[in-house]
Amino acid sequence: MRRRVVITGMGVCAPNGIGLTDFAEAMALGKSGIRFQPELKELGFGCQIAAKPELNDELLTQYFTPLQLRGLSATGIMYGVIAGTDAWKDAGLTIAEKEQPNWDSGIIFGSGTLGVDKFREAIYQIDDKNVRRLGSTSVIQTMASGVSAYLGGILGCGNQVTTNSSACTTGTEGVLMGYERIASGQAERMLVGSCSDSGPYVWAGFDAMRILPRNYNENPEEASRPMSASAAGFVPGSGAGALVLESLESAQARGAKIYAEILGGSVNSGGQRGDGTMTAPNSEAVQRCISQAVAHAGIQNNDIDTINGHLTATSKDGLEIANWSAALNRSGSDFPYINSFKGLFGHCLSAAGSIECVAALLQFKKSQLFGNVNCTDIHPEITEIISPDRIPQKTILHQPTILAKASFGFGDVNACVIFKRFND
Amino acid sequence: MNEEIKYNKLKAIIKVYLPDDVSVDAITLHSNFISELNINSANLVDIVLDVEDEFDIMLENDDMDKMQTVQDALTIIDAKLEAK
Repeated sequence: MRRRVVITGMGVCAPNGIGLTDFAEAMALGKSGIRFQPELKELGFGCQIAAKPELNDELLTQYFTPLQLRGLSATGIMYGVIAGTDAWKDAGLTIAEKEQPNWDSGIIFGSGTLGVDKFREAIYQIDDKNVRRLGSTSVIQTMASGVSAYLGGILGCGNQVTTNSSACTTGTEGVLMGYERIASGQAERMLVGSCSDSGPYVWAGFDAMRILPRNYNENPEEASRPMSASAAGFVPGSGAGALVLESLESAQARGAKIYAEILGGSVNSGGQRGDGTMTAPNSEAVQRCISQAVAHAGIQNNDIDTINGHLTATSKDGLEIANWSAALNRSGSDFPYINSFKGLFGHCLSAAGSIECVAALLQFKKSQLFGNVNCTDIHPEITEIISPDRIPQKTILHQPTILAKASFGFGDVNACVIFKRFND
Repeated sequence: MNEEIKYNKLKAIIKVYLPDDVSVDAITLHSNFISELNINSANLVDIVLDVEDEFDIMLENDDMDKMQTVQDALTIIDAKLEAK
C-alpha cells in the first residue's frame, strides 16, 4: 500500500529573494535577481551577468556557528543550509536532541559541483607544496554530499542522508526520490532540495560553450528571455531550494500546514540516442517522461491546468513546448497555463529544479500564477502550437489544481513531478 | 613573550573549537583537547595551523602527535620559539 505524500515546509535562497516571504513577493511582482557581475567582466567573460543570492555575514551567523563559518567558502553549502534549515522550521519541525537523531527523517539534497571556491584555495596550497596547511574542512566542503552532510548534522536526521546529482534535473529528481522513500514506507519525512555554487569557476564552462547571452551586460534584467523570439541564451544562476516532504499521516498527526500533495512523477533519460545528445534532449524521452508522470500520478492529461517548464531561454524553448503539447495532446487555447521562472533568476543549474518547485508551489498558496517576463515577443514556433494567452506576461489570479513541473539536464536526463492542490 | 601571554593566546585559539556545552573556563593547563574539552579530533589540525600563524612557528608531524593537552601545546610552542 503506497502512502500519500504532502509538502509541509519550504525554504529558499534565491537570487531574487532569500526566505519564502521575500521570494514570493519578488516572484509575484516580477523582481529580477539578475545583475551585472564586475568579477566576470574582469575575467573577460562574454556574459558578464549572473544571478546569485545576496548573502551577508549577519545572515550567515543565523545559520552557522562561528566554527562552521571559519574558512567556509563553499557557497552551495551556504545556500543549501539556509534553504534547508528554513524549510525545516517552516514545517514546524524541531532539531533532534543531542543524544539521538530523528530516525524517521532523512535528507536528499543535490548538488552539481560543490565547494568550487574551496577547491580552488586547496589547489593553490597543494601546488605550493603546502598540503599540511589545508585544514580540516577541505574535504567536507568539496565532497558532492557536503551540503546534505552539513544539513544532516545541523538537523540531526537519522534516516537516509544523501546527495543526488543529475545536472539541471537534480532538484526535481530529488523531489521524486524523497517522495518514493516516503510512499514506500521507508521514511516519515524527507528534506529534499538542491544547491548550486556561485562564481566564475562554475559558470565559465557555459560561457566557453557560447550558450550564455553576451549582449545584455548593460541591461541584465532583460537578458533572460524564456519563450521569446529574442531569447539569446540562459543567464547563469545559483542558490538553493528546499522542501519538506512528509507522509500524510505524519503531517495530519502533527497538524502541519500542507502546501500541496505530490501525486507522483517520472524520471528517465533519452540515452543520447535519436535526437538526444550529451547537451540536447531526445524529444521522445521528454514526451515519455511527461506521459509516464501523468500515468503514475493517476490523472488524465486534461487534469493539468498549470505547467512550470524548464524553459531556459535558449533556442530549445520551442521544442520544449512542442514536447509538452505532444505528450499531453493539448494545444491552442486548450493548453494549460505555462510559465518559466528563469526570466527572473536565470538558470540556477543544479539548484534550478528545487527553487522552481518552491516557486511553483507558492502559487498554490497565493492563488496566483507568477507572470513570465521578457517574452512579449513570444517565439513564433511557440505561438504556432499554443495560444499566447496561455503564457501570462504578468502575475494573474489563478488557483492551480494540478501542476506539472519538469526539469531537463545535460546527459539527456529528464524529470517531471505532478503536484495537486491538497484536498483531504 | 611571558608564559601568561602565551597561555592566553592559546586559550583564545582553543575557544573557537569548543563544543557549545564546554565553557572557556573549563580550559586548564592539564586539559586534554579531545577527552576533556571534547574538541573534534579533526579540529586539532586547525588548532595546529592557528598556533603556527599566531606564534609564527612550524610544527612537525611528531609535535602534532605529542600535543595531547594544553600544557603539551605550550611546551611545543616554547621549544619552537627558542629554536627560532
